[in-house]
Amino acid sequence: MSGQSPAVVSASKLGLTFQTNDGPVQALSNVDLTIGKGEFVSFIGPSGCGKTTLLRVIADLEKPTSGTILVNGISPEQAREKRAYGYVFQAAALFPWRTIERNVALPLEIIGLSQAEQAERIKRTLELVNLSGFEKKYPWQLSGGMQQRASIARALAFDADLLLMDEPFGALDEIVRDHLNEQLLDLWDRTNKTICFVTHSIPEAVYLSTRIVVMSPRPGRVTDIIESTLPRKRPLDIRETPEFLAIAARVRDGLRAGHSYED
Amino acid sequence: MTWLKPSLQAVLALLLCLIAFALGAMSKPEAAALAQPTATIAYPYMGAKGLIIGLLLIAALVSMAKLTSIVEAIMLFVGAHAAAWLLIKGIAGFEGTALAPYFLLLAAAWLLAWRCVALLSALRPSQSVARNALRLVIPAIFGAWILIIWEAVTRGAGIPFILLPPPSAIGARIANSLPILGSDVRQTIFKAVLVGYVVGNLAGFIVAILADRVPFLRRGLLPIGNMVSALPIIGVAPIMVMWFGFDWPSKAAVVIIMTFFPMLVNTVAGLAASGHMERDLMRTYASGYWPTLLKLRLPAAMPFIFNALKINSTLALIGAIVAEFFGTPVVGMGFRISTEVGRMNIDMVWAEIAVAALAGSVFYGVVALVERAVTFWHPSVRGG
Ligand SMILES: Nc1ncnc2c1ncn2[C@@H]1O[C@H](COP(=O)(O)OP(=O)(O)OP(=O)(O)O)[C@@H](O)[C@H]1O
Ligand SMILES: [Mg+2]
Repeated sequence: MSGQSPAVVSASKLGLTFQTNDGPVQALSNVDLTIGKGEFVSFIGPSGCGKTTLLRVIADLEKPTSGTILVNGISPEQAREKRAYGYVFQAAALFPWRTIERNVALPLEIIGLSQAEQAERIKRTLELVNLSGFEKKYPWQLSGGMQQRASIARALAFDADLLLMDEPFGALDEIVRDHLNEQLLDLWDRTNKTICFVTHSIPEAVYLSTRIVVMSPRPGRVTDIIESTLPRKRPLDIRETPEFLAIAARVRDGLRAGHSYED
Repeated sequence: MTWLKPSLQAVLALLLCLIAFALGAMSKPEAAALAQPTATIAYPYMGAKGLIIGLLLIAALVSMAKLTSIVEAIMLFVGAHAAAWLLIKGIAGFEGTALAPYFLLLAAAWLLAWRCVALLSALRPSQSVARNALRLVIPAIFGAWILIIWEAVTRGAGIPFILLPPPSAIGARIANSLPILGSDVRQTIFKAVLVGYVVGNLAGFIVAILADRVPFLRRGLLPIGNMVSALPIIGVAPIMVMWFGFDWPSKAAVVIIMTFFPMLVNTVAGLAASGHMERDLMRTYASGYWPTLLKLRLPAAMPFIFNALKINSTLALIGAIVAEFFGTPVVGMGFRISTEVGRMNIDMVWAEIAVAALAGSVFYGVVALVERAVTFWHPSVRGG
């Protein structure tokens, strides 16, 4: 853990219960979590365990029903109003009436950047996700994976210190996924951003993270937090080292434990 | 018989020609002339009868031969329309005397035109010019045949002018009354309809935004709006005439009232149409009410707004014309319709109806074109 830097996210006894027509659903219960500046934290767990809900609480898109949570030492709402984070949703959520370039420009228009600054950031982030040449296309003219990359470019162009990413690479093929994993690690290393990253892939979680949060459903809760011993600089072939495989095995055990609890 | 490929329409047309030929006289004067061979009675189709039947027979037979469909279509087109033209031209001066063969030949020509359209719509030309031309030609033949049958039946059967004048008479009336029609269009469409349409839609739109901002307005006004937009508001026309006088402002007022509620209801529905995720996205940017409205909610509402604009283009025309029935200065399309009907000048009534139909189509078409340009991104537009 990063004791020396101030906590970017600190949650204690966090709980969220949705009132639905079929009665209450406990999406989160008793979540204690501290994320320090510059950490790369992955959330992994079976479908419905509350990963998205936790990210949405951090982003002030949902209000917790119990416990406390602070983002950068202030309430999530204040942090949101200070534009403290960028969010990549599970689906691309591009506006069909805007070209890819104008979609990436959307947050930049809202925060009121100059045209020149907008153009520079659009060019840089579209290059980063390998979408150069598609600036003038509309989202519906692109494949699902390309749309998702455009939405990542949009979040990166926003350039907040905290990145919340909800299964950003779920719709991509292995090769593109590897490439973007590398790019993301590189970006994180250069900019010292804090990244919260939801994934279903154990290798992806181990490859990217400094810490892996294992969650399990009904009620959604944190069952294990695994510290990575991998170095900060990680070539792709680190995934074949015994150290890497050992961490992956621990994550898998944690997931199994969460599952068997249900039966 | 490998060189023949029979089609339903062509076979039926052949059959009708043969029956018509067997039945003999095309009109009552011809029947009379046949009965009294000595008397000199003038009758229609003295020479043209054989020509008409021949044209139809040749066209029907050629269309069944193994030729390329474009050649067949051209043959059918020429045969059917030449026969129809001869039929209509020949009956002039002998209106109301047509006998069964006249109608049988008309039906045969119509069947061949139908076959022609069927062949044309099956064509898949590779050049886009040809495709666009076809897109125009097919509906044009379709429309022309409505007029041909209307003309031939009203003249052949001698339908009283008061009930249904033939289109040629309506056309002649339009050509002879251009100044009157022009001033009526200026009064009704360029003043009442356009002013009412613009003001009514604008007001509906602005109130919808207000209702979106102010929750109590939304809860109070929307149920009323939904109810009122289902009422036959045209009933307020006499009251508007009492309030705003005989001239066009009272008609514009009717149009405003009629267009206001559809625009209000549709815009409010459209403002709720943007997705949850998109709105959450704007929230993560801490985007305020107005940026979210301009960048997300209004663009997403455009299909709804254009729906209202299209509905209103029709409503506005109806409203303005009907409102004129309740009193106007001596000009206007509704005024002309109500007075000319009283004077039994039915062709003038039809002329106004034709002009109103044309104006309505152009109005609707312009709105629909703008819609395609604005909502190009919507699946219903980009798919087609
Ligand atoms: N708005 C909501 N109203 C009611 N219940 C909800 C709502 N959002 C989520 N839930 C419930 O909360 C639980 C956690 O959902 P969440 O979306 O956080 O899961 P997840 O871990 O992201 O799953 P996945 O991997 O499939 O995306 C689920 O049982 C879900 O049904
Ligand atoms: Mg999820």
